[in-house]
Amino acid sequence: MTKYAGIILVCLCFLGGCAASARQAIMDTNSESQVQLRQIQTRYFDSTDKKKTMENVMATLQDLGFIIDKASFDIGSVTATKLKGYNLRMTVNVMPRGQRMVVRANAQYNIQIVTDPIPYQQFFDALSKSMFLQAHIDE
Amino acid sequence: MKRVLLVCVSALLLSACQPSIPKDALLLSPESLAERQLQTRRFDTTNNQAMLSAASAVMQDLGFNLDEAESTLGVLVGSKRADATSGGQIVASILIALLGGTPPPVDEEQLIRVSMVMRALDPTQTADKQFKETIPTAKPSQSANDGATEPQNQSTVRVTFQRIIINTAGRISRLEQINEPELYKEFFDKLSQSVFLEAHEI
Repeated sequence: MTKYAGIILVCLCFLGGCAASARQAIMDTNSESQVQLRQIQTRYFDSTDKKKTMENVMATLQDLGFIIDKASFDIGSVTATKLKGYNLRMTVNVMPRGQRMVVRANAQYNIQIVTDPIPYQQFFDALSKSMFLQAHIDE
Repeated sequence: MKRVLLVCVSALLLSACQPSIPKDALLLSPESLAERQLQTRRFDTTNNQAMLSAASAVMQDLGFNLDEAESTLGVLVGSKRADATSGGQIVASILIALLGGTPPPVDEEQLIRVSMVMRALDPTQTADKQFKETIPTAKPSQSANDGATEPQNQSTVRVTFQRIIINTAGRISRLEQINEPELYKEFFDKLSQSVFLEAHEI
């Protein structure tokens, strides 16, 4: 019995030294390819009004139960959080490109990156309704 | 032995399945319109800076600290920490302890966050006109307008409150949006008053 206890103690000592890898957590893309993820998270709108687009992004997020944490017109970014027994955080970027507005959204659910295309589709559907404009998948 | 193995295997399988995002997390709910009406008021001004400074004064009156302010987009975010102990929970916990059980952790502290977004209404846009119909006006009106004609320069202000409750074990026990109608009514009353005071430099 004491022998076993000794072995367990030694094992525990070793285990204590192993923290989760920081590099892995930072560079994690959830096995999705970068291109694929960008496609899921990006839509194009036929608008040249950056302010209006950002206002609609914020109104949509608020309608979906988010509160706006941070916003910057110059950078074109909005970050929002939804608390409903879970913590859902989203950052939405609005970038003018020619005659179009590029909108990219990314979401984090608790400690997981959201890579499922369906929630993003739902978000862009709601945004498209608020903007009275169609969301294009391709440039 | 077999049973232990079974438990071990199921534990292993369970650890692999983290709960993923709920199906309706980013879906517009039927209640969203009612929530929007609850959280939004119309004001007879399009001056972002005046509204933001009036709102920041109200937040400071209520003991909030400002976390973020963006005047171009009309965004203001504040937060405060408050006590979250509830009498009922403590009584229940004492009763359990008296009965010889281990008392469960009780709520101890809450982090309350408030976020405000102001948006100018464009009277020439049909979308804004439709949107305007659904939003009540803030009272008392701070403008000199006697109500005979609808003022052209209007904007909507939407405020949302959220809170995170932490218990005595240091764990999060609640994550929620606060949707009490009374709270929003009181906040907007204070805001209209503050807008009036700022406008008249009192």
